[in-house]
Amino acid sequence: MSFLDLKNVTKIYPNGTKAVHETSLSISEGEFMVFVGPSGCGKSTLLRMVAGLEDITEGDINLDGQLINEVDPSERDVAMVFQNYALYPHMNVYNNLAYGLKNRGIDKETIEQKVNDAAKLLQISDFLQRKPSMLSGGQRQRVAMGRAIVRNPKIFLFDEPLSNLDAKLRIQMRLEIKKLQQKVGVTSIFVTHDQVEAMTLADRLAVINNGIIEQLGTPIEIYNNPESLFVAGFIGSPQMNFLDANLNNKTLSAENFEIKNIDSDYNGEVTLGIRPEHLIESENGLINLKVELVEQLGSDNLVYGQIKNIKDFCYRSPGNQIIKKGDTLSLNIEENKYYIFDKSTGKRVN
Amino acid sequence: MKIKPLQIVAHIILIIGVLLMVLPIWISFASSTHENVSILTEGMRFTLGDQFSRNYNEVLNEKGGWSEEVTAAKMFINSFIMALGIATLKVAISAMSAYALVYYRFKLAVPIFWLIFITLLVPLEVRIFPSYKIVSDLGLTNSYTGLILPLVASATATFFFRQFYKTIPDELLESAKLDGANAWSFFIDFLVPLSKTMIAAMFIFMFVYGYSQYLWPLIMTTAEEYWTVVMGMKIIYTESYEGVALPRTAERFAYIILSMIPPVLVVVFLQKWFIKGLIQTEK
Repeated sequence: MSFLDLKNVTKIYPNGTKAVHETSLSISEGEFMVFVGPSGCGKSTLLRMVAGLEDITEGDINLDGQLINEVDPSERDVAMVFQNYALYPHMNVYNNLAYGLKNRGIDKETIEQKVNDAAKLLQISDFLQRKPSMLSGGQRQRVAMGRAIVRNPKIFLFDEPLSNLDAKLRIQMRLEIKKLQQKVGVTSIFVTHDQVEAMTLADRLAVINNGIIEQLGTPIEIYNNPESLFVAGFIGSPQMNFLDANLNNKTLSAENFEIKNIDSDYNGEVTLGIRPEHLIESENGLINLKVELVEQLGSDNLVYGQIKNIKDFCYRSPGNQIIKKGDTLSLNIEENKYYIFDKSTGKRVN
Repeated sequence: MKIKPLQIVAHIILIIGVLLMVLPIWISFASSTHENVSILTEGMRFTLGDQFSRNYNEVLNEKGGWSEEVTAAKMFINSFIMALGIATLKVAISAMSAYALVYYRFKLAVPIFWLIFITLLVPLEVRIFPSYKIVSDLGLTNSYTGLILPLVASATATFFFRQFYKTIPDELLESAKLDGANAWSFFIDFLVPLSKTMIAAMFIFMFVYGYSQYLWPLIMTTAEEYWTVVMGMKIIYTESYEGVALPRTAERFAYIILSMIPPVLVVVFLQKWFIKGLIQTEK
């Protein structure tokens, strides 16, 4: 049995909203699991059920071999970092860290030892006597993590902890969280709506949509092999391009080009997905892109343009290339780097 | 800096306000330092006289009342105990009931809150006979318990605490829960320290409310040792002197001045928190 086991977990709110549908998931010890999805998809609800802050309507949650459905949050031995940190405003940093330990009846010397160790690890030793209101966003973030670490819980739960930080700090903290988790080795679940955060942090990723796990796997598996239209559109930045097409007898016909010998027996209307980074310029390419806008990122350019009636088609070109508005580019798709989805169900067919 | 006409008008209004507040107190104090005879013949005074120590000494130490058993000092102590008891219990009870109303999600929380709120329309004076009946049946007349107990519920304070607790983010409770806090420790470790300015403000209001109670102690106490300052003001110097003697106006003024001191002290000590509690919340 794995460390954390969710079996057919369902959440229905009293007003009838079904937030989580019969979700099953196993997380092994020491693993960093990320739940990613758009807002309102049920990822936070799922996390809060693990924490015990939401009742479980149906299904079982097992943590470390113990059924915890009915266990009080305070007895579950889980620690959570909240989006707004939820630091205790009237306590200084030291007491913020020590509070959970005091409630567990640990003696003063041990508490001091543990708090100081955690503070050192997070480089907040200098602020131990300060109140949270006197700290910057990044420091508060560290304190919130310190409060989780100091208790040495069975599992860390992160509920979008980086979304209140500015872009630069977010990237820095992202790195620190990952390093810290590797150092401490505690099983973690991290909830985010930011797919870059999800990709960079996760050992494994669960892409959630409408209360259902659409796909579960390592970030690179999901990137390379999205199983549904939703996952394909959600993971990857900039977003995958989608084109309407028809698939008949292993031949795909889109607006003005065809691809032959497709490895699929599906016939009918489909959606073709191509990532901007899987396009290459070549003479007599399949696609003629009329450039409308170029975003220069330095390392590469994001070129947006039009193919016939399709607008905002994106192509990622090397940064040293000079492309101007009004140019027409001839593009090819890298070999087998395209995805075909059933238009009605959104399921992958190739 | 140029002074605008509007500012002058504003200051004049403020100065009039200050005079209206301060003058009566000053007249009381000035008059309390004169002899009874001179007040009787010449009216109230704006200047200080020379009888300060005599009058105040007499007020504090002379025995009064029907059987001449109680001194003003004793009445101050009684009022202080009563006000302290009422204020402390009112704050504690309303903080706890607001906690229950906000954090225990039972269906009747809102109706119960409004029921409590409606009691604002039924002050003690309206329910004074039933209250007296209950207290006397319990044998609590002529006791501090009897003076305090019927006044310890407060809809106002419950309302303020409830509104304050509602502004505390849910994450704080959730985080505390994960840190192993139970219902009681969340109240003591979080809500009480977070609302301490509020508690101070409520305490002042309730202290003054308790201190200035008149009707309830008047019908509650027959034994002079439980008399309070405000009721004593009416009784102490009239009943004990019959007709022949001069009205003891100067001593009464001295008594009034002394009676103001305890609430003023409470306000002075708690005012920093009091103002904070009214204008901001520490979050």
